[in-house]
Amino acid sequence: MSALPCLPGKMGSLMNSSTSMPSPQNVLLEVKNLSIKFGGIQANDKVSFDLATGEIRAIIGPNGAGKSSLLNMINGFYRPDSGEIFLDGIKTVMRPYVAAVSGIARTFQNIALFKGMTTLDNIMSGRLLKTRTSFLEQIVHWGPARREEDRHRAQVERIIDFLEIQSIRKTPVGRLPYGMQKRVELARALAMEPRLLLLDEPMAGMNLQEKQDMCRFILDANSELGCTVLLIEHDMGVVMDLSDRIVVLDHGKKIADGKPIEVRADQRVIDAYLGGAQA
Amino acid sequence: MYYRDAGQFKTTYAEDSAIFPVLQDRWMICIGVVAAFCLPVITSDYWLTSILLPLLIFSIAAIGLNILVGYAGQLSLGTGGFMAVGAFAAYNLAIRLPFLNYLVVFVVAGLIAALVGMLFGLPSLRIKGFYLAVATLASQFLIEWILVRVPWLTNYSSSGVVSAPPMVLFGHHIESPASKYLLALSIAVVAALAAKNLVRGPIGRSWMAIRDMDIAAEIIGVRPLRAKLLAFAVSSFFCGLAGALWVFLYIGTIEPQAFDLHRSFQVLFMVIIGGLGTILGAFVGAAFVVFLPIALSNASALIGGLPPDVLSNFELIIYGCVIITLLIGEPLGLARLWSLGREKLRIWPFPY
Amino acid sequence: MSDPMFILEVAISGLLSGVLYALVALGFVLIYKASGVFNFAQGIMVLFAALCFVRLQSLFGANGPSHIGFWAALVGAMAIMLLLAICVERLVLRPLVNQPPLTLFMATMGLAVVLEGIASLVGGNLIYPLDIGIADDPIEIFGILVRKVDLFAAAAGTILVAALTVFFQFSRVGRALRAVADDHLAALSVGIPLRHIWILIWSIAGAVALFAGLIWGAKLGVQFSLSTIALKSLPVLLIGGFTSIPGAIAGGLIVGATEKLTEVFLAPALGGAIESWFAYVLALAFLLIRPQGLFGEKIIERV
Repeated sequence: MSALPCLPGKMGSLMNSSTSMPSPQNVLLEVKNLSIKFGGIQANDKVSFDLATGEIRAIIGPNGAGKSSLLNMINGFYRPDSGEIFLDGIKTVMRPYVAAVSGIARTFQNIALFKGMTTLDNIMSGRLLKTRTSFLEQIVHWGPARREEDRHRAQVERIIDFLEIQSIRKTPVGRLPYGMQKRVELARALAMEPRLLLLDEPMAGMNLQEKQDMCRFILDANSELGCTVLLIEHDMGVVMDLSDRIVVLDHGKKIADGKPIEVRADQRVIDAYLGGAQA
Repeated sequence: MYYRDAGQFKTTYAEDSAIFPVLQDRWMICIGVVAAFCLPVITSDYWLTSILLPLLIFSIAAIGLNILVGYAGQLSLGTGGFMAVGAFAAYNLAIRLPFLNYLVVFVVAGLIAALVGMLFGLPSLRIKGFYLAVATLASQFLIEWILVRVPWLTNYSSSGVVSAPPMVLFGHHIESPASKYLLALSIAVVAALAAKNLVRGPIGRSWMAIRDMDIAAEIIGVRPLRAKLLAFAVSSFFCGLAGALWVFLYIGTIEPQAFDLHRSFQVLFMVIIGGLGTILGAFVGAAFVVFLPIALSNASALIGGLPPDVLSNFELIIYGCVIITLLIGEPLGLARLWSLGREKLRIWPFPY
Repeated sequence: MSDPMFILEVAISGLLSGVLYALVALGFVLIYKASGVFNFAQGIMVLFAALCFVRLQSLFGANGPSHIGFWAALVGAMAIMLLLAICVERLVLRPLVNQPPLTLFMATMGLAVVLEGIASLVGGNLIYPLDIGIADDPIEIFGILVRKVDLFAAAAGTILVAALTVFFQFSRVGRALRAVADDHLAALSVGIPLRHIWILIWSIAGAVALFAGLIWGAKLGVQFSLSTIALKSLPVLLIGGFTSIPGAIAGGLIVGATEKLTEVFLAPALGGAIESWFAYVLALAFLLIRPQGLFGEKIIERV
């Protein structure tokens, strides 16, 4: 048994396989035949899968399998050469702004925080889409703008408590250690009150303790805040323990799709990726 | 008296994010503002008209440029042009619609400058950094050229000197140095407050997001073009307002040369020296630029006096050296040094 | 006035002044290619170099034959530019190593101001005629009148550009310079002597500035408006691309030619003197279509 960094709670539900195949009503996101080519390289080749509301889905695969570019297409950063994205059953042409407004939040492998701002400001910036006050009201500040600022601040403080980053509130994020920056980026994503969280290697570069904490946060975000989670991750222990279902990519193509137990036993996956090391 | 914030607990979010959270600061600012309003009683006319007035007007322009460069991260060398638009707009409004209240004139002039600013800010979506800086030079030279070539703008005046009409506001003649100073001071205080409110709210955060990483800003729902255009508009409003005040309160005549490339650089230096990304920095930088020539001529008087053009050359050399030194030592400018100093004062006499 | 010969003459005259823009732009490109710094002070360096030369020439030439005065002034001016390169490296570049490009840009703005102050102190507001030993009479080529100075500039400029291109592409030092432009810290970590490289490149840029200053000074006399003209090399860079030597040339020629042509044929309709802004608006229009310039490297932003 390899080290399982996550708490046993999720393990239990995995055993019971309470998450059955999603029915059409609760499919949040569906991608069909997404393909994209960079120069001569087919980064993604007709990738299709669906995402049920409320589930945690992992995308795994060796380096260069096309995981990040898949996420970038879902997010609207890249335009697929072919294929479609369906959000709530409606075909959508994704752009970053469209994704943000539709309730999709994202974190990045290389951390895309605003380095010139404090932790608090970074997380507050996640509330920008929820700004209701007008320009003039903001210039005056006293009155509606003040009250709105306080409301947003209260919500952000709840997230700060949730992710246990109270002590670094006023620190400029450029000065934070890597693990903390990742937490702040997650906080900013959560501040958007997203329906779907796209996490690109949220555990990268973390030690065991940090990974446990991060697992806990993701699970809590899923169960308490109701976020559907789609994450890219390399740590197989985390993936097996955390996810309801897994998509496996290799050289841009999907080679497996299903529950962790199924995927773990799939010969193609073992050949391409797992190599039989996981007992 | 020890400068301490012990015992000052912030019990509401409003208190925590106040402009001056430390009580002593609030007192100092209040006293400072009141004192500023009382200055005409004790200072000479020379100080009021030649030093404090340009200082206030420059501060307004510097606030504008700071919003564009310091907060939104869009490097602009076209400040002079936008000031000129405000100046000419105000002049034409005053001449052709004399029934308008002068405050309305200034605001409308600012709005016109804002529109022009937005127009020249359009390229900012495709062009960034130094490229944008060079593109803003296009706006500077083009505006200069237009303002000189279109005689309608100077009311077909045949002489080179076009005077601004005398100002009457709410029945008072704004002619004396004291009245000019007080008007400029009031406008500057309101402008600073408005800018500070904008900058510490959601719009300010969207600007800083654009500045730090505009790709990531899109992810949280900021629309880069909108935010940039808004930054250009607001910034040009302040610059246009400053230009209008320059003509009506300070110089009294309209001349495009007052708003040339040299002026653009001057305001940029104020912003860099004072501190990018702070409202206080605008005032500090303006003070530096206004007081330096005076300090230099006083110093030269001590050693027997140097001709004025030599002094102005030394000014340039000093600007350059100060900028370079600040960029090496404290890129956030004198305002940051000031706040660092206050931090030290908070824990004085302990070193840390 | 649409005599084709006249149009051609105007165009050629524009091309030749374009060579001068290109020479100034060349200095920018060199420094940018080699140290990633956008040297706003390049324009004023042209004036500064020319001023030094002229003052030295009158200093040396006063006591002996003009030949000696010329060469002595040349060596002296070159030495001053070398000294400037050393000072810049020590006082500006070294303390700011690996700061964001915007900071370095603003530092060069500070440098430009300092140089402007010094140049003004040294030269005042006078116009200094510059004699580089080439007679100013025009010669006729295929029926078009061309000034000898312009021809000399074009020829010498071409040789200079060719030499620099070869240097960058094929020499070891050139490769090192390109590495430095990419990433200061990385270059340091592989043992490239950053400081020497910087001094070298700024000296070369200084030499190019001196060259440009001499040609221009011979054409127009050394005066302060030279720095305003030099500012126009910025749109040249935008059009040609910051990182490309051939781009600087192409950009200079395009700007020079179109500027002259529109000035002669379009300006009277618009009220005259559009030279003040034309180059910038042209560059702006260019940028909107092709943000990296004609030959520049595409700017890729990754998240």
